[in-house]
Amino acid sequence: MIDKKHIGYAAPTTVWEVEKGRIRFFAEVIGETNPIYLDEAAAKAAGYRNVVAPPTFIFGAESDSGVRMKLLNMLEIDLRKVLHGEQRFDYHTPVCAGDTLRFDTRIADIYDKKGGALEFVVNDTKVTNQLREHVADLHSVIVVRHV
Amino acid sequence: MSKITFDGVKVGDEIPALELPPISRTTLALFAGASGDHNPIHIDLDFARSAGMKDVFAQGMLSMAYLSRVLTQWAPQRQLLSYGVRFAAITQLGDRIRCSGKVVEKIDRAGQQCVRIEVTAVKAGGEVTLAGEALVALP
Repeated sequence: MIDKKHIGYAAPTTVWEVEKGRIRFFAEVIGETNPIYLDEAAAKAAGYRNVVAPPTFIFGAESDSGVRMKLLNMLEIDLRKVLHGEQRFDYHTPVCAGDTLRFDTRIADIYDKKGGALEFVVNDTKVTNQLREHVADLHSVIVVRHV
Repeated sequence: MSKITFDGVKVGDEIPALELPPISRTTLALFAGASGDHNPIHIDLDFARSAGMKDVFAQGMLSMAYLSRVLTQWAPQRQLLSYGVRFAAITQLGDRIRCSGKVVEKIDRAGQQCVRIEVTAVKAGGEVTLAGEALVALP
């Protein structure tokens, strides 16, 4: 069982530079064709600072920084048993290439169902940018299957 | 895209759907790199088998990204206020996913007109892989 003492734990802050090439790569892989995700001039013409990060792009920050994996290690969760259960984004201001974002994640809850056969870890993340604007909030539920 | 207005939509309206190509190993590998999720269960057959899976399977966030395109091709992304899904079933190699959305509510949120969109990703066989909703502001 995951130790519930970790509820409330605040993970180290991730500082993440939003790269233009990475946005374009991500957009191309998901088949996006709108030029605001691919071309700086088109994005600027549409009123953005630079190419726009697609809605789920910022989820990658804490994968890149290693924070997501460190949390699993701290909770002694076997990667083989993990599934993503739920994911939610609340958006407050757009993310564009050239931004520097800060991600602060807190373990909001740990609980189990089916007599411990399924365990759940809930993470809440606040994202801010270099202008100290509140960019987004992420709410993530991961499922650990003991079967 | 800018032609979508609050007065122009009604509850029950479907927003244009998206049919995606079959999930391939190449896509999973590229998405691992693009998304930063290097969990080998999606890209390394040996690891997937050691976890009791028959094969690698798609990242949930790949489907969530596909499904987001239904929203951003309908209304500009800056109008997207929230987007959340529950991952209901695993997406396997070869699966053809259809992403769709439907207006389920028109609301006034603190003076801002917006619509609640129910979004779903479904396999060709009918199994729902993602179910969720988004809130989109409309002029």
